[in-house]
Amino acid sequence: MIDLRLEKALDAPRGKMNLVFEEQIEPGNFVAITGKSGSGKTSILRMIAGLLQADDGHIRLSNDVWYDQKNKIYKTPQKRRIAYLFQDYALFPTMTVRQNLEYALEPKQGKEVVEELLQTVELAQMADRKPEKLSGGQQQRVALARALVRKPDILLLDEPLSALDQEMRSTMQDYILQLHKRYKPTTILISHDISEILKLADELIVLEEGKVIKRGAPIEIISSAKLGGKFTFTGKVIAIEQQEFLYILTILIGRELVKVIADQEELEDLVIGDKVVVSSKAFNPIVERIR
Amino acid sequence: MNWDPLILTFQLACITTIILFMIAIPLANWLAHTKSKWKPIVETFVSMPLVLPPTVLGFYLLIAFSPSNRFGNWLEEYLGISLVFSFLGLVIASVIYSLPFMVQPIQSGLSNLSPQLREASYVLGKSKWTTLRKVLLPSIKPSLLTGVVLSFAHTVGEFGVVLMIGGNIPGQTKVASIAIYDEVESLNYAAANNYSMILFITTFVILLSVYLVNGAYVRKKYS
Repeated sequence: MIDLRLEKALDAPRGKMNLVFEEQIEPGNFVAITGKSGSGKTSILRMIAGLLQADDGHIRLSNDVWYDQKNKIYKTPQKRRIAYLFQDYALFPTMTVRQNLEYALEPKQGKEVVEELLQTVELAQMADRKPEKLSGGQQQRVALARALVRKPDILLLDEPLSALDQEMRSTMQDYILQLHKRYKPTTILISHDISEILKLADELIVLEEGKVIKRGAPIEIISSAKLGGKFTFTGKVIAIEQQEFLYILTILIGRELVKVIADQEELEDLVIGDKVVVSSKAFNPIVERIR
Repeated sequence: MNWDPLILTFQLACITTIILFMIAIPLANWLAHTKSKWKPIVETFVSMPLVLPPTVLGFYLLIAFSPSNRFGNWLEEYLGISLVFSFLGLVIASVIYSLPFMVQPIQSGLSNLSPQLREASYVLGKSKWTTLRKVLLPSIKPSLLTGVVLSFAHTVGEFGVVLMIGGNIPGQTKVASIAIYDEVESLNYAAANNYSMILFITTFVILLSVYLVNGAYVRKKYS
């Protein structure tokens, strides 16, 4: 069991914020943290990694203590068996892909793990290239493989896929899932992407202003918050046309133009340019896969 | 023509550059990453030789090193070394004098690196020293080259400090810049021109090669 309690006074965009984070994580679990920017998500990961010192609390693993304010224990990042995947990959530019992975080897650790990881993320052919010659997704795969060389106790993922396009993200999620199944590191992921959280995480924690406001199974939290059995969009009225008894509204939702039928009552003092909410209850939409 | 002053100049510049390289890397690394309140004071001291007249620096070193001073006396009595009018004294003075030329490029190179590069190495279990040696320094090769060449060239060109604490002892402290001054004073313009021309050409070649190498490096990296 990983027992975390972290407290830290932070300078948030809206003044001082007191971050309090308490959590017990089963070893091998995959936990996602979500919340608005400035809610303290990254600070939590940095404190677990030892890159940021907490004001109070502890980090206890079943066989190790990384941090304990009362007993004055504080291990440096080097002494924690951690892997951290940064948003901008943080690959070492002067080393090739293989050298990046080999750099992470512990003294006396065999090199087989490097080849094995290169195979798993399908980068064996590119192992002798420098990171700058790879695409964003490939770079992130190198970073992921490098993070796992040391067989970490905890894998920390700080929005690692936010810079990738949708297709890349999906592939990377598969790699993460595959590697998680194989090496079983306890994993904490920061993400804003609902589908990503549903696909990867066993548990979801929602953070607001430095406090945990919800925790539980991802599907339960997400479905109660966002999917109330109806669709809701916001848009802008572009045109209003009258046709016999009904009106046809043209509304811009995102970048799509949508035509909606409205009656006299709904149109009450609605003018072109107004912002509106378009919602629909109890209907049966057609769902098709995008290719 | 007497080659001694030129040989001495390049010896001095080489030794100074090597010592500076070893001192400046830890110092620049500290300056680039520290949050200490002493940082501005240390930075000021490092940069002062840039603006201070060399004679001021030379004057205080002369006072400090002279045997009538407590420090100079201690050096002479316990370590048996005299720093005034000696080659060793010149080396120490040149190290201080050229310090900003080595520290500043390395410091700015290190501060421009993404902090995540360091952090990524730390979480991979690597010490600060390993991180510096294997990750950070290889990433700032152009800055290292700039630092090395500028301090070398600057040491070759120093005059005021040497004049103050080195004097004009042939084979000991008579470097090329002093020799030029000496020859001009004795109206020996041809000899002064020889030394001057050699210094002019060498510094031109050294600096040109830096700009060529760094230019190519930058182009390769961002093309």
